[in-house]
Amino acid sequence: MTTLEFDSVTKVYHVRGAGQMKALDDVSFTLSSGQTIGLVGQSGSGKSTIAKILTQLETPTSGEIRLDGTPIPRRGKGLRDYRQQLRMVFQDPFASLNPYHSIRHHVERPLRLDNVVPKKEVEDEVRRLLDRVRLDPDSVIDRRPHELSGGQRQRVAIARALASRPRLLVADEPVSMLDVSIRMGVLNLLADLQREEGLGVLYITHDLATARHFSDEILVLNQGKVVESGTADDVILRPQNPYTQELRAASPDPESHFASAPGLSGGAR
Amino acid sequence: MRDSLLSIDDFSVVYDVDPPVEAVTHVSLELRRGEILGLAGESGCGKTTLAYGVQRLLKAPAVISSGSVTFRDISGEDIDVNSLGQEEMRRFRWDKISMVFQGAMNALNPVATIGSQLADVFEVHRPDMNRAARRDAVNELLEIVKVGAARSRSYPHELSGGMRQRVMIAMALALRPQLMIMDEPTTALDVLVQREILKQISQLRHEFGFSVIFITHDLPLLLEISDRIAIMRKGEIVEIDTAERIWTAPQHEYTRTLLSSFPRLTGERGVVVR
Repeated sequence: MTTLEFDSVTKVYHVRGAGQMKALDDVSFTLSSGQTIGLVGQSGSGKSTIAKILTQLETPTSGEIRLDGTPIPRRGKGLRDYRQQLRMVFQDPFASLNPYHSIRHHVERPLRLDNVVPKKEVEDEVRRLLDRVRLDPDSVIDRRPHELSGGQRQRVAIARALASRPRLLVADEPVSMLDVSIRMGVLNLLADLQREEGLGVLYITHDLATARHFSDEILVLNQGKVVESGTADDVILRPQNPYTQELRAASPDPESHFASAPGLSGGAR
Repeated sequence: MRDSLLSIDDFSVVYDVDPPVEAVTHVSLELRRGEILGLAGESGCGKTTLAYGVQRLLKAPAVISSGSVTFRDISGEDIDVNSLGQEEMRRFRWDKISMVFQGAMNALNPVATIGSQLADVFEVHRPDMNRAARRDAVNELLEIVKVGAARSRSYPHELSGGMRQRVMIAMALALRPQLMIMDEPTTALDVLVQREILKQISQLRHEFGFSVIFITHDLPLLLEISDRIAIMRKGEIVEIDTAERIWTAPQHEYTRTLLSSFPRLTGERGVVVR
């Protein structure tokens, strides 16, 4: 059981000419292995700042992040070990893979850097990981990113994230760049992996419907503050905070639309 | 039964490359006056090509390889869009059919005020208007879309994305067209801003009575705002029906696939299975 505590984190950016900008304001949550937390909010609400701080690409202005009770080291081997435990899947699979390198290269690099398996087993492990994300190793391993579809690329990114055998995964809008009919496939894959490997997943999205579907708990972020949190169904079906209610009312919901106004069409309400 | 505004008959577009790509194949469609028609499909299905093709906005290597488009003007005249000469076509566009483009928020000229860009429309299409009349018309448009006349001297970068999109809608509305084609008009916007813009489109439609072809991959959104929805795949319309029928009784397998791509926001947890 791995537990990550994000404890009272505040992040202030200094903007030239505009003074201070509080991107995160006293944000706290706990992510445990075996659990998916959905982090929802509009652009500019601080979602990605949380991802950057979790991966230590940014340091908090105040507050602390602890992995199993130990504060995250700021540098050196300790930081590398932490990053081996927590991996990231980025939004844009067209930008997050290097066009020069084969799929093999992308997946074996973390294996070699973190000495996950003995050298002679690297090839087998790459194939196992590709298989794990439901890609056919024989047909993709020697290809380059541009030869794959967006969905296949995102699967490669997931295989790469899993290579170092992390306990926690941060997925920042992992399907928003993909065609709608393949989004569920990628999200279902993440959900299966989460269950089978007991991963803790932080699913960052602006889409309330998928957040509800794939999360155990949901945190709603507005202007750097957590305005509401709870089980997915409580937050989406019975929102208490006015901002959450507003978000929910603005999200497309054909279910309620046709239930409340049978036969009515036209006119956004 | 409302009367017809636009008849698209056996319309095909081919990208004349080697080998040729059929982007739109034999599409026939009847658009009614005042209706919102949703056009749903994934990237590459031909929905944007169809929308451009109807207004003959396609560039080589795209070629209209078959079919006709007839616009039934409010005056009673039937206009065969494919037979219009260059000058007639120039006058037809924006006057009868206007468009809100994909990523329209970034379509404004960054070094001209929004007022002057709106005035351009009148300068080109209504040469008889004098400067004062143009200014009044621009101010009126900005009030209609709730940006406010006071912003007419603002530059695009001084406005938020949602405001810029409203300016684009004002521009599309300028000549009181009978049809507005909107290509993913809210995709880049936040859900709250998106809802505001959708409300506004709906209000304007009631007020001015134009028809809308609304193109997006976001089927749940279309289900809420459209009268009818056409589902497009690989250049073909595989199903067209009222929004309610698409939701409750989709006929085509691909429509069901699209529906099942969206988890339910409310109701039972899971995706929509039909």
